[in-house]
Amino acid sequence: MTGILEVRGLYKSFGALAVTQNVHLTLEAGARHALIGPNGAGKTTLINLMTGVLKPDQGNIFLEQRDVTNMSESGRVKNGLARTFQINQLFRKLTTLENVALSVSERLGKNHVFWSQAWRNSEVLDEAMVLLKRLGLQSDALTVIEELPYGRQRLVEIAITLGLSPKVLLLDEPAAGVPSTETPIILDAVDALGDDIAVLIIEHDMDVVFRFAKSISVLVSGAILTEGTPEEIAENEQVRAVYLGESLDA
Amino acid sequence: MTTKVYDAENPVVFLRDRTRWHWAEALPWIVAVAIFFLQPITLNLGVQILITIIFALSLDLILGYGGVVTLGHAAYFGAGAYVTGMLSAHLGWNEPISGLLAGATVAGAFGFATGWILLRYHGLALLMLTLALGIMMAELANVTEVWTGGFDGLSGIVIDPIFGIFENDLWRRNYYWYSLIATFFVFLACRRIVNSAFGRSLVGIRENTERMRAIGSPVHLRLVTIYTISAFMAGIAGALFAQVNAYVTLDVLSFARSGTILIVLVLGGTGRLYGAFVGALVYILVEDELAKEYPAYWELGLGFVLVLTALFFRQGLLGALESFVRFCKRLKA
Repeated sequence: MTGILEVRGLYKSFGALAVTQNVHLTLEAGARHALIGPNGAGKTTLINLMTGVLKPDQGNIFLEQRDVTNMSESGRVKNGLARTFQINQLFRKLTTLENVALSVSERLGKNHVFWSQAWRNSEVLDEAMVLLKRLGLQSDALTVIEELPYGRQRLVEIAITLGLSPKVLLLDEPAAGVPSTETPIILDAVDALGDDIAVLIIEHDMDVVFRFAKSISVLVSGAILTEGTPEEIAENEQVRAVYLGESLDA
Repeated sequence: MTTKVYDAENPVVFLRDRTRWHWAEALPWIVAVAIFFLQPITLNLGVQILITIIFALSLDLILGYGGVVTLGHAAYFGAGAYVTGMLSAHLGWNEPISGLLAGATVAGAFGFATGWILLRYHGLALLMLTLALGIMMAELANVTEVWTGGFDGLSGIVIDPIFGIFENDLWRRNYYWYSLIATFFVFLACRRIVNSAFGRSLVGIRENTERMRAIGSPVHLRLVTIYTISAFMAGIAGALFAQVNAYVTLDVLSFARSGTILIVLVLGGTGRLYGAFVGALVYILVEDELAKEYPAYWELGLGFVLVLTALFFRQGLLGALESFVRFCKRLKA
């Protein structure tokens, strides 16, 4: 069985601290996979390894059967791997529309052009505007990011990533820090992602995980404890002991 | 409720058309031409201001747009000045325009080579490395006395009349136009670059480098590209300086020059191109005035101006003006 994104035998240590230990993970096309685990389990590290922010000590990463372990971060993005950040990484002094236009423009390879005027034929801006509409952000198109409430900023975080038309999308706690009244907007946006995109979501909120995921991996101390369908994970005694605790019983 | 910073019917049209020319953009050029005819200041001082504008514009490309802080930009100014000067003094290459372009090209190539290494670093490490580069260049020019004239300066520069007609007269009447035209071309290039998609991606790098990487941007390559262009333009400023004065000293590579141009740009306002115009004009006029009035401690007055800017006009003089205009518009609304 081959997936669109495959991680094989990944290891990473920071000094004596082994943050990733022999991790195997496969995402099929159209996957809705959740990665859960207690704080410090190494979930974000795993995303950083997959996207190329960090280099693994050992192991390989395959994107559409192609070994991308030594490929640069930008190379992987060009090949369809995109991520969002747990803590917003936005262009805070730019408008919402420009934030998204930057990623659309980068995908279309226009950001190399330094002689003709940006967006003069508005192809990039039009596409960015379509994305904003999809996420209900059109009324904020000309609002500068730092003036937006946090929940809206989280949506921009997703919109920027969608501007890259990814094949594989890694969502690092998309609903983190968003007031509970606004989480549905984020979740609807995630639900509305196309079936052709494989999605890996890191999330602490179990309601989100069980609503969204068709399969779940549990990461504990850098190693995969177990994998399975949401039902299997919910029934798994080991998982309940290590991570879910009483939160499911309640 | 969020406040809308811009209000427009159609955001796409608004952003697309934001880069169109505004009537106010004609002002600096009207002022420059008026200076020639009315001469409220000497044209020699005018030429100095123009050269400083070009140098500050080159710095604005990397600092104001790319977010690269440097304390060694004089290295490229000096490279332009010495190359243009040495071509004339040693090889008899006296034609001004090709000499200017030759100096700028060498400065640009040098910017590419050094930028490739320097821009792997950022923050304090980058600051220290650019500082070291500037000092090394000054020392290099000092020890290669045979070519540069070392501490005594490079003399023997002879520049032919421009197009065989316009000489470098004592009042700088011709060289004022020569510098003004050079400034205009450099400005046009800068304006085009910062308004291009490439320029917008530089702003992205300045605002959030990590995010630019995550959307697939080759950050290092982008920064090296703009650094090279910036070094080329700094080289133009240096080459002009050598041609106007027909003399080059180690001073062109001094740390003070790197520091001063940073101050000029911050004073005017970074990341808006016109900050270079305002900064250069104000800095040089204030310097000139204070040096006349208080020859012994004019730098104290200049320091005072800078402290005031840093305290009250964080965005520079032009930034303060923009805030004021926005404030007035809000009052009206």
